[in-house]
Order: sequence, then C-alpha cells, then structure tokens
Amino acid sequence: MPLSDLVFYLFAAMVVVGAAGAAISQNLVYAAFLLLAALFGVAAIFAWLSADYVAITQTIVYVGGILVLFLFAVMLTNRITDARHSNPAVGKRPAALVSLGLFGVLAYVSIETPWKHFDVPAGGETTHLLGQALLSTYVLPFEVLSVLLLAALVGAVVMSRKETPKP
Amino acid sequence: MIAPSFYLLLASVLFAIGAIGVLVRRNAIVVFMCIELMLNAANLVFVTFARQRADVSGHVYVMLVMAVAAAEVAVGLAIIVALFRERRTVNVDELRELRG
Repeated sequence: MPLSDLVFYLFAAMVVVGAAGAAISQNLVYAAFLLLAALFGVAAIFAWLSADYVAITQTIVYVGGILVLFLFAVMLTNRITDARHSNPAVGKRPAALVSLGLFGVLAYVSIETPWKHFDVPAGGETTHLLGQALLSTYVLPFEVLSVLLLAALVGAVVMSRKETPKP
Repeated sequence: MIAPSFYLLLASVLFAIGAIGVLVRRNAIVVFMCIELMLNAANLVFVTFARQRADVSGHVYVMLVMAVAAAEVAVGLAIIVALFRERRTVNVDELRELRG
C-alpha cells in the first residue's frame, strides 16, 4: 500500500473515532474536543479530494468558528464540575436500530453502485474557478446567503443579549 | 488511489453516527454537534462527486452548506444560552412547552 493511502486511512479513522466519541462521550468538554478531531479529519479528506479552498474554509469556519462557539456554549450552560452528569442518553436500542438501518442502506448504495473512478486528473487549485462560479452562475444564491447570514447574526446578538429593563 | 465508494462509505459512517447522536443524546448542545456531523457527511459526498466529475459546482454547494451551518449554529446556540438563563437546563426532554 502506498504511503499516501496509509495516511488517508489514518485520517479516515480519525474522523470516525472523533465523530463516535463526540456522539457517545458523557463529558461535554471531551465531546467538543473529539468533534474538533472529526472536523480536522474531514478537512484533510477534502484536501485529498483536491478541494483546497474547501479544506481551508472547513478549518477556518468549523474549527476556528463553530467549535469555539460550541465551547463557549458548553462553558456558559454547565458548571464544568458537573459536565460529567449533564449529558444523559436515552432510548439507546431503538436509536441504534434506526441508525444501523440507515447506515446499511447508505453503505449498500455506496459499495454496490459501479461509480466511475477518478479518471479525470485533479485540476490544480480551485479558488479561481470557485470564485468565477460564485459570481456568475451562482450569484443569486450567493447574495441570498449573505442576507441570510446577516439576519442570523443580528438575530443571535439580539437573542443572547441580557434583557434590559423597559424605560 | 482511493475509490469513490470509500469516500461515500466514510460519509455514510459519519451520517449514521450523527443520526445516532441526535436520537440518543438529551443535551441540546450535543444534539447540535451531531447535526454538524451530518452536515459534514453531506459535504463530503458533494466534494467526492465534484472530484469525480471535475466540476467546481459541488464546492459551491459546500460553501452554501457551510454558511447555513454557521448561521444555524449562531442562532441555535444563542437560543440554548438564553434558555439556560431562563430555565437552568438544556435537556431537550424538559423543554417541551411548545408541544401541543
């Protein structure tokens, strides 16, 4: 097996272990840090798929932004000392059944379908093409998305502010 | 060379783990984390097919998903923090006033 494949499988294992830990761990802080491992692994796999811009954005947005937000929320909503008991699990058996069934269907489709292999050579850096696509074909979704983002962030600020007494 | 089916299999594993987390966990923050995992699985599939077809449109959709995920997390965590301030709990089983 070539070394690059070995490294790829290592990253894939990191994604799976991190995700499973985030979903299963009883301790909220551990869950957040295992989610960090999973998101980093996904960024590495994006890089493997020669999606350079997406990989960098994944690192900056998810690891740098969303995960820090999660850690803040964990610290604001739980006393760190009882983080161990604030994350109960219920209904394990039916949930495992549902999700195993889901996984079975998805895995069957992804293995049994004769997907075309990656016969096109990777096209180098994608930032240029991505920028052109965003500002020509996809310019309307792009603009709608910016308005959505602005509205969501203003809403978040309004909602998380302490109530001020009415004059 | 890794086959496309392996990437898709990895995305399936990620999605199933996210689904089990959403179903099992009762802490709203962890439910949110698992939703992020499922969104990441979808992104992985988008990028895989973008690579297979050598087309950058898949990357555009990933960008859109990431922006929506960021907006969702910002609003969702603001709601959770406000709820905790009001009720001293983030257990989704105890927050059921909106149920008919």
